[in-house]
Amino acid sequence: MTGDAAPATSVALAMAPRGPRHAMTPVVHRVFAVRHETIDVTTISLEPVTGPRLTFRPGQFNMLSAFGVGESAISVSSAPRDAGPLRHTVRDVGPVTHALCESSVGDLIGVRGPFGSDWQVPGRGERDVVDASDTVVVAGGIGLAPLRGAVDELVARYGEGGGRVFVFVGAREPSQVVFHRDLELWKRSGARVEVTVDRGSPGWSGHVGLVTSLLSSSEFDPSNAKALICGPEIMIRFTARALVDQGVAAGRILVSLERNMQCGLGWCGHCQLGPFLLCRDGPVVAYAGMVSVLLTERER
Amino acid sequence: MTRSIAQMLEAHPLFADLPDDAADLVAGCARNVAFEAGAKLIVEGDAADTFYLVRRGRVAIEVHVPGRGPVVLETVGAGAIVGWSWLVPPYRWTFDARAIEPVGAIAIDGACLRAKAQAEPAFGFALLTRISVELLARLQATRMRLLDLYGVRRDR
Amino acid sequence: MTTRHEASDGSTIEPGDVVVLHVQGLEELIASLIDAGFDTRGPSVRNGAIVPGALHGVTDLPKGVHDVQAPGRYRLEHSDDGQLFGWAVGPGSWKAEFFPPSQELWRASPAGDSMVFTEPAPDQRRLAIIGARPCEVAALSVLDRVLANGEHRDPRYVERRDANFVVVVECGRPGATCFCSSMGTGPGIDAGFDVALTEVDDSDGHRFVARPGTQRGADFLSRVTHEESTDRDRGARVAVLERAGVQMGRRLDTEGLASLLARNVEHPHWDEVAERCLSCANCTLVCPTCFCSDVRDTTDLAGDFHRRRTWSSCFDLDHSYLHGGPVRASVSSRYRQWMTHKLSTWWDQFDTSGCVGCGRCVTWCPVGIDITEEVRAIATSDGASRRDVPSVKGAP
Repeated sequence: MTGDAAPATSVALAMAPRGPRHAMTPVVHRVFAVRHETIDVTTISLEPVTGPRLTFRPGQFNMLSAFGVGESAISVSSAPRDAGPLRHTVRDVGPVTHALCESSVGDLIGVRGPFGSDWQVPGRGERDVVDASDTVVVAGGIGLAPLRGAVDELVARYGEGGGRVFVFVGAREPSQVVFHRDLELWKRSGARVEVTVDRGSPGWSGHVGLVTSLLSSSEFDPSNAKALICGPEIMIRFTARALVDQGVAAGRILVSLERNMQCGLGWCGHCQLGPFLLCRDGPVVAYAGMVSVLLTERER
Repeated sequence: MTRSIAQMLEAHPLFADLPDDAADLVAGCARNVAFEAGAKLIVEGDAADTFYLVRRGRVAIEVHVPGRGPVVLETVGAGAIVGWSWLVPPYRWTFDARAIEPVGAIAIDGACLRAKAQAEPAFGFALLTRISVELLARLQATRMRLLDLYGVRRDR
Repeated sequence: MTTRHEASDGSTIEPGDVVVLHVQGLEELIASLIDAGFDTRGPSVRNGAIVPGALHGVTDLPKGVHDVQAPGRYRLEHSDDGQLFGWAVGPGSWKAEFFPPSQELWRASPAGDSMVFTEPAPDQRRLAIIGARPCEVAALSVLDRVLANGEHRDPRYVERRDANFVVVVECGRPGATCFCSSMGTGPGIDAGFDVALTEVDDSDGHRFVARPGTQRGADFLSRVTHEESTDRDRGARVAVLERAGVQMGRRLDTEGLASLLARNVEHPHWDEVAERCLSCANCTLVCPTCFCSDVRDTTDLAGDFHRRRTWSSCFDLDHSYLHGGPVRASVSSRYRQWMTHKLSTWWDQFDTSGCVGCGRCVTWCPVGIDITEEVRAIATSDGASRRDVPSVKGAP
């Protein structure tokens, strides 16, 4: 067996204007802004140190490197429509995400991507036919992050005669609801926005209950609706099922799934879910056929 | 604009599409009510004689916890049933129900409805089946919330 | 009378021709590959097993060495029969030559207000693998689909594969754990090589029936001492392959196999296997197609950052780690993941089976779990599962 193909000579990539050659080598970004959303969720805004901003579609993810700690798959939470810095909203759940959440303005972060499938929401200037069907967006906890860009786009489309937008957000408690400002903006732009929490807190006058309980009393037209769901997998499962029961076509329900990801390129094998390599075939997949079955198969 | 109590019942999922004679049975036990924001529909420990079908506005199901005040367990809105304890002995309320905002509801006399259900078993079965639909949905939602869905697993 | 061509007489061979080499011709083939700048590697005996190693000439080949394989068992035996390729496959597959067990991806040094990345320089070595088995060539083409033919190409892998010269030796002595004939990957081979050899030892003597698979393979063969083949030579090759097919120790029924496993994900047999499986990952490490890897970052004492990629296994608890815990915490679900991936979902992902029938996972399993037996156990109680799933695309 050969061991390492040791570097006999080295290729200094810093000189290359368009960044690195190897898909595993990140593009260096600088932290431009840090915003603490909740006790364990932080949004970091990134600008490339050199070169152009990366383009992406809502729902896609990047591999973010906290140098020396490791790399983690994080959805892009900015909107292409913003044309601002690249934003990622990170929940502190492990060493890499902890380091990302702890980063300060000026720190260097590595970015590889964007990877994976998206919410299939047409962007500005794309597709002249305005889709008039209702869109139901259901987010659990930080699941709102990858949906943010899509909702921005949908709300803008609504203003241009597109279909109605319904946003249902579930969170553990009021203090864990992210993107208050966006929720308010969407509401003002005509979207129906409802937030529900598992546990109320003093001063909370909003909904208390499971996010699915918001669906049945809403006035979207199930026979003509599409749905985008992101959150804990079990919440996705029950929400998708509830929407199907209400008459939404399974093929028009898109869900964003998550597994361990270490490359984003379809090479490392960690993100398998049945037939899917989720970094390549996902994270956004249609809740139809195989997916509905997979979500109830017991990996234990 | 006034609507008859039968029309209001017809508009609520619990009694939508009932046969005419059954709708008349229910209407005999029902009356239209309104609550100001903050008003109690149901008080823990009281006799469970009247339950409510919410037509508009939101209601909080809550319990008083010493040191924490009223804790909201769940909020429900239009189309919901508020109160189950009228169905079975000892007919006593377990939690409070409070109007979060102005609430319009149909108040139904539980003893009256039970008597009619007993007298007309076919109606009684249909009624219980319809009630079970929401009861089950609420039970399942409660179980889901027990999972603490959005919490981080730190157990392994 | 056959016509003998010396190494330098200028006769030309075309792809599609069949010629005969003797040991001297093989020696010349190795030498000419070395002369052409190839890093020649082939079977070598190390630590009681035949594994890929440096190969400078015929004397480096495992002459008279045979392997005896069984579930959980591998032994070498020595004879004086003079066969150079009288063995099946050992624990080391050619995968490691192209996809190293541990590989630095880059290092980075903070420099001013940015970071300077250094990647390992492109590997200049041109590798000639000599004595790869048909199943191993098939395995490399499976790996190609993962690392070279997808949307993202692994440049390290691609540069080594592109420069690669393959001398495949058809299998005349399959092991007791082999089932390549079931997978359609052996014991013979028709494509995917530069030169294919078949070792023949009958009343006409010890020789190699040689077939070029590419123009450059034909060019190399033209330069070495060879004879034109006779019907007897070509017949002897067919006889070797037929005998190998009969000696094949294992069978796997691939008819409907992908769908069988897809609809039996909840089969009780997974728990039964889990009672024997040690979750040691041996099967994935010896497998010539398993491609899972971990990506790890470290910081050295100078403050530079390093990223490495190392082989990993779906039997590792951490393989499916997702904030808070592994998705596949039980051995049962990890074995199921491995086997259904190999034989079923690989079709969905890469439009091929992930198994080439080399039998390594059977031989090198310390408790002798036999993938062909486990499939049979599920097939004979198909329907013990609770659910049906939509058909799997592309699978037979």
